[in-house]
Formats: sequence, structure tokens, C-alpha cells
Amino acid sequence: MSEIAVRATPELRYRYAAGRYASAFLQGLRDGRILASRCHRCARTLVPPRIACTGCFAGMDEIVTLPPRGTLLAFTLVAFPFLDPFTGIPRPVPYCYGMVKLEGADNTFQYFLSEKDPGRLRVGQTVRAVFREERTGSLADLLHFAPVEG
Amino acid sequence: MRDPVAIVGAGQTAHRSRRLDVSAPELIDEAVQAALLDARLEPDGIDAVVVGNMEHFEGIHLSDLWAVEGTGGAGKPQLKVATGGTTGSSLAQAAYYLVAGGFFRTVMAVGWERLSDSEGETTTGIVTAFDPIYERPTLAGAVSGLAILACQYQAKYGTRAEEAALVVVQARENAARNSHAHLRQPVTVAEVLASPVLSTPIRYLDMCPTSDGACAVVFTSRPGDGRAAWVRGVSSRHNHTYLGDVTEGSVSYLHTLRLAAEDAYRQAGVADPRQELDVVEMYEPCTWAAFEWAEALGLCGPGEAARMWAEGATRRDGEIPVNPSGGVLCTNPIGATGLIRVAEASMQVRGTAGERQVDGARLALATGFGGSFWSEVMVLAAER
Repeated sequence: MSEIAVRATPELRYRYAAGRYASAFLQGLRDGRILASRCHRCARTLVPPRIACTGCFAGMDEIVTLPPRGTLLAFTLVAFPFLDPFTGIPRPVPYCYGMVKLEGADNTFQYFLSEKDPGRLRVGQTVRAVFREERTGSLADLLHFAPVEG
Repeated sequence: MRDPVAIVGAGQTAHRSRRLDVSAPELIDEAVQAALLDARLEPDGIDAVVVGNMEHFEGIHLSDLWAVEGTGGAGKPQLKVATGGTTGSSLAQAAYYLVAGGFFRTVMAVGWERLSDSEGETTTGIVTAFDPIYERPTLAGAVSGLAILACQYQAKYGTRAEEAALVVVQARENAARNSHAHLRQPVTVAEVLASPVLSTPIRYLDMCPTSDGACAVVFTSRPGDGRAAWVRGVSSRHNHTYLGDVTEGSVSYLHTLRLAAEDAYRQAGVADPRQELDVVEMYEPCTWAAFEWAEALGLCGPGEAARMWAEGATRRDGEIPVNPSGGVLCTNPIGATGLIRVAEASMQVRGTAGERQVDGARLALATGFGGSFWSEVMVLAAER
């Protein structure tokens, strides 16, 4: 019996509302700052800022600026190709990203790393935020985190 | 007050990389007919149906509509449950709750996936499950999310790649005895280490495949005189939104699994899981995850899992067999994967697991993993 399959190649379009907290965060990046929200009940500081505390679910209405450095808790070099659902074309590989515990934050922030050789990265090392010269109020204003030498 | 609930039937398809011989409803029908046969029931013996898959893989939404000729849900109460990787285990939990609550006598859970429909772009679908503002630009699906876990585990315990590779070597040995399994050919540690890097430290053979397949399981409060697997513990722990919230502090990455397991063990009266459980069907999407999650389940102490695998304790004839079916590393039709764990665990305690049967299995654990590292578990027993 023949096995027939029907092909579909749609071009879909979406526009996602960033909302109050992410809009504030992205505007902070434009100004070269990393913003977090702070819980008035359990004193937790979370990045990115959000409406409710992950620890006690209290509303988070205090926004603070974090220092642009932290500790690398985990990382990976992504080497396999896949179709990026944001762009509809294969995502450029390889690239490294990791989980950065920013100074003063209680959680970690997932973002790109400057290195493309995972052999030069280690868990526990200090990294610093590197911003682009031209900033527009988008996540990409934060270029990456880079290891601090020494 | 809950009614006692038993599993009296389970059915699976032949799981393969491409089931181009059947449409989705035809694939589902294959599992549903097998489950009805196993439960010795006619379609009218099913009072309600719980269905689910991960729609963004196939790109066909309202899957509860188009799958119904396979599920047999027309004219009956039919609910869809979709929780990502845990879809299959959530289906089992939902079916259990409906029967335990006394709302229906007999409920069938049906999960499926046709990952070949997305032409291998499973990662694309998974990335769309995550926050578009913060996480999609960096995340490379389950592969990189699990790579972060593996990096953390490796840094903590100094575990070597060849130790992790042993997990898939053992899984393939088990899958060779399971005619439903997708990947049944043996692999060696050297082959795993020589396979391409997907996302460090995870290599191609460290990662689960993408499969086409379906699974159906029958839950009932009136099991008759056939062999039954009694549900003794059910628990689920959800998680926060961002992956950066789940790596917080020094707690185990999959603390949701530890919490869910502790809750289910308490319900089932299990004090020492390694001693008391006869078999575990664990949702292990990559080799590295199996180590941390065996520890979260209390099968061994922190950092001891690599040694437990190396010593053979997790083999089918070992002290605590893990995935005699071959597990997720050998078969992964995602919306069915968690339900296959429940089906396999039920077959073990019902004594119907055939060539992959663990001798004398009386108490089994099935787990599910999904989303931003959330977990579900179910404890099944031969005795009520």
C-alpha cells in the first residue's frame, strides 16, 4: 500500500505583549541596567522582575537594580541545528548559554555567554554583563555575560 | 473518601521513528483496541475517556476533536489533558482521580504523539512552550535544558561521560526484550562517546529518540477477577515559570520529583523505596537525568547513582530494576511517554510484562517529567 503524506509549510506571525514587568526590564536594559523585583514579605529578589514572588506568592511591587555581575552556576554549548520558532530559519550554532546567579538575586538568569569553547568555562566562575553600544529596549541590548579574568 | 482504583488493561502501538502506515486516529486505535482486549472490555464498558498529546508538535490543534475516531470518545465524556512531557502521566492521574472520586466506574486514558509529523523539528515545538520574552532566544528545547542539569550534576559529583553512557547501554539491553520499543539495537559506551555532541555534555546517544506511538490504559473501581494493578500512591508537583527559578540555591534541580515521590511513598506506606520497590519505570529523557532522578526518588544517596548503575543494581535482574522496558531512552512518543511508564509498571505488577517481566514484581513506581522541571509519580501494587 502506498504511504501518502501531505506537506504544510506555514509562515505564522505572532506578537507577544511583554506586560508591565518585562517592559520595565527591557527599558532598564536600554539604560544599561539589570532590574529585579523584591518581595516585601520574604525579602526574595528575583530576576527578571515579575508580578508574584516564587517563594510566598506575595505581589512584588519594589523594583531594584542589580550589579552587572554574578556567578556562573551551569552552562552548555549548543551544537545541534534546529529551526528557530522565532525566526523560521535554523538558529546559528554553536553558541554557549548558562545560568547566572547575579549578585543580590535569589534565583538565576538564563543568558548567552561570550565564550564558544566550553573548556574555558567553569561552574562557579565570576561573569559580568556586557551591554551593546546601541540599545533599543530589547533583550538583545544585553550582549552576553563574559568571564572575569583572574 | 477515595474509591480504590485498579488498572486492568494496557495497550501500546509498535513505536517507531515513522509510522507512515497509519494516520493519527489509526495509530490511537491500535493502542485503544489492545487496551480493551487486555481489559476484556467492549467499547461500551468505558464510561469516560481522558486524552492528550502535545499539539504543537503536529501543529493540529483541538486534538481531542480529530483523534476521537481512535479514542472512542464520541458520545461519552471526553476530557483533554496536556501538560507537556508529563501529558501521559497527567492522563493517568486524571483518569485515576475521576474513578477514585466516584464520578465514573471505568475510565480510559489515551496518549499519543506523531513526532515524525514535525519532520524531526521536535526542538522547535518545545521552544514554543517557553516564555517568548526571556527564554526562547537561548533555550534549545529539552536537549539544552537537560544539558544544564547535566553540567550541574557533573560539577557537583565529578561524574564522567562514560558513566552516564552506561545508562543507555543498559536501556538498550532491556529494549531488546520489548517488541514495542523503538530503539532495540545494542550500543556500547564507546559508540555513545563517539556520537556527535548535541549540547555539552549531552551527546546524540545520551538523548531519547523521537517516536510515533500511542498508549491506552484502563482504570476502574470494579476490576472483576482478572489481574489488577492497584493505584496506591499518586502525586504531582508543579514548578515555577522560568528555568532560572528552578536552579535556585543548592536544592536538587528536580526537587519536584523528590517532593512528589515522598508524598506518594507516604500514601503507599513505602518507607525505604530501594528495599520495597520491585521495579521503577522512570521518565529519563537523557542518560544524565537518570542519575539525579534516581537520587531524587531515594533509590540511592546523593552522588551514588553512577555506581549503582555500574554495579548492575538497576538491571532487570538487579536489586532495583529501572526501566526493564528500555524506558524513554529507547521509546519517546512524547504525549504517550508518561502513560507508557504507567502501563509498563502496571504490567509488571500484573505479571503480564512477558520477556521483560521482573520476577515476582509486586510494587512498582512510574514517573513523569515535563515543562519547567515538574514531576508526577504513581505507585502501583499487586495487592489492594
